[in-house]
Amino acid sequence: MRPAAVVGTGQTHHAAKRLDVSMAGLCREAIDRAMADAGVDWPDIDAVVLGKAPDLFEGVMMPELFLSDALGAVGKPLLRVHTAGSVGGSTGNVAASLVQSGVHDRVLAVAFEKQSESNAMWALSVPTPFTMPVHAGAGGYFAPHVRAYIRRAGAPEHVGAMVAAKDRRNGALNPYAHLKQPDITVESVRASTMLWDPIRYDETCPSSDGACAVVISAAETSGPAAWIRATAMRTEPTTFAGRDQVNPQAGRDAARALWKQAGITDPLSEVDAAEIYVPFSWFEPMWLENLGFTDTGQGWKLTEAGETEIGGRLPVNPSGGVLSSNPIGASGLLRFAEAAMQVMGTAGEHQVDGVRTALGHAYGGGSQFFAMWVVGSERP
Amino acid sequence: MTKPLSAPLDVGFDYTRSTGPTLGRFLSDLRRRKVTGIRGSDGRVHVPPLEYDPVTAERLTEFVDVASTGVVRGWSWIPEPLEAQPLDRPFAWALIQLDGADTSLLHAVDAGSPDRMSTGARVRVRWRADRVGAITDIECFELSDEPSDEPVEADDVTMVTTPVHLHYTHSASPTEDPFLRGLMDGRLIAQRCPACEKVYFPPRPACPTDGVPTTDQIELSDRGTITTFCVVNVPFLGQRIPPPYVSAYVLLDGADIPFLHLLLGVAPEDVRMGMRVEAVWKPREEWGPTMQNIDHFRPSGEPDAPFDSYSQHL
Repeated sequence: MRPAAVVGTGQTHHAAKRLDVSMAGLCREAIDRAMADAGVDWPDIDAVVLGKAPDLFEGVMMPELFLSDALGAVGKPLLRVHTAGSVGGSTGNVAASLVQSGVHDRVLAVAFEKQSESNAMWALSVPTPFTMPVHAGAGGYFAPHVRAYIRRAGAPEHVGAMVAAKDRRNGALNPYAHLKQPDITVESVRASTMLWDPIRYDETCPSSDGACAVVISAAETSGPAAWIRATAMRTEPTTFAGRDQVNPQAGRDAARALWKQAGITDPLSEVDAAEIYVPFSWFEPMWLENLGFTDTGQGWKLTEAGETEIGGRLPVNPSGGVLSSNPIGASGLLRFAEAAMQVMGTAGEHQVDGVRTALGHAYGGGSQFFAMWVVGSERP
Repeated sequence: MTKPLSAPLDVGFDYTRSTGPTLGRFLSDLRRRKVTGIRGSDGRVHVPPLEYDPVTAERLTEFVDVASTGVVRGWSWIPEPLEAQPLDRPFAWALIQLDGADTSLLHAVDAGSPDRMSTGARVRVRWRADRVGAITDIECFELSDEPSDEPVEADDVTMVTTPVHLHYTHSASPTEDPFLRGLMDGRLIAQRCPACEKVYFPPRPACPTDGVPTTDQIELSDRGTITTFCVVNVPFLGQRIPPPYVSAYVLLDGADIPFLHLLLGVAPEDVRMGMRVEAVWKPREEWGPTMQNIDHFRPSGEPDAPFDSYSQHL
């Protein structure tokens, strides 16, 4: 496998409604920034990989077909990746594999969601016959598992609010973030409305329009590069008897494979920043454990000690994360791109000092798809 | 084998589309009884206009007025129109190259009979009277060599609504069938995997762990334990139970996997993990092949189940 690097990243200004652009225009806003960042033009791109969440979210079947002109894919291979909310991460990994394998020299990965064209709660609560209609979107799905985590780990109730306050404050440093709340506090989060008890309004990701793009290349281009040291994806069924919904096996297996491939034996010491898919606040401590940054039941202690803030031992989501911007299909690629930006030193106000190794992480479906990568400043 | 149970599943949503600058111009002009194309890098005029060039991928900006008359380049007769198609009587789908355009637009031709349709036939736009800025502002095309109605003034359009309605017939799997028929008799039929011996309720066609059919049928009682739950306080489109309500994972006694159901008869703040519950059935005359025969679960009054008895089901 030959080395591959992220040589350019781009994203849109994420917002609840980007009524000024079509889906094509939304994608191009991110693509044009990524290609300018990489210093490349369309003839330099060999293939395009597109990710977005399920088609019911915009009601367009196979949007990759009508977007092919906008994606610059005419006359080139165009692949669509489907892995629910993790799709942005999987899109990055698929694009990386096309370069690492030697099939292509330079690949454009794009992911988007235009949530304002539909309603994700509706799309995730289709009334299947013969069943009990208690489904209530993603929040309703994940809230019981958050409750189970709190009980199993014996975590104090304020930890979720700490995550939300931290990520929203970080988002205020990110010019592209949907939500910018520099004055949010743990107390104001705890005072916000309980939506899906135990998940409060301020502990919930927004619904965003947005896109992200990265250029992945076998060789450096004009600017800095984030070398891809490892990629991993794992899957498991949504439900089976004895399934651990709090700490899913697929996530643990993917992390183990990732660290091994990257040659990392102590992730907490060796990773300088992490962009972890946290759509609901409590998933920060849950995934810290699932990823092996801490032992089982200990993740919340890292958060509570302030170690996941910018300046802490492991800054998590310096960009503001999914809690600050959630264009679902793009959210995973945003984590991957933000990890690369930290390594490239291009993260601006939310840059963490001295990042040489960073993690990008995404999960999707009912915590059944996991995708992650480790990027570093040194060519492997 | 009896025919599996099935029921209609209708899914519908009024999706919105931000048009962006290019299709926005096209749709705004349709409202004005004008058809607008765009010139590509190779000089071709694309109708409808493309936002990005298919050759260079660059953003296109040179709008070109084209005629509302043109020529049929290909067609297919639709003897029985479907729901939401442009016409409710037999018509032709046709690729129409408008005069001044280099590409063809797909639309309906109200030709009356396939005998009157031909490739090369001249057609013109029949404008809808109440135009909103949508492709359906062209009601259809008609066979004619005469010009269409003159343009008029109208406001710009930046957003269109595109209702999507899907009508499915949802069929139960052969494995679900005995389970659903059991529900019609007030019985809770589960199946056990012959390999791992885990009991699935509702049953599955195959054990997700072992991949083998779950052939052993067993009947469960309607009592169980709440493993975990959430209180749904948020209203949303299509919701069928008014909030707040408790959506709880119920692990029936003897089952190895919990399922989601409604918990009532207790204040949400008093619901606990490990709470023992029992089913409250609807009146028998309302029963059908559905889990909704159980109206809800309610606390049974038994002491809470110890955490260790259900912790492996979280």
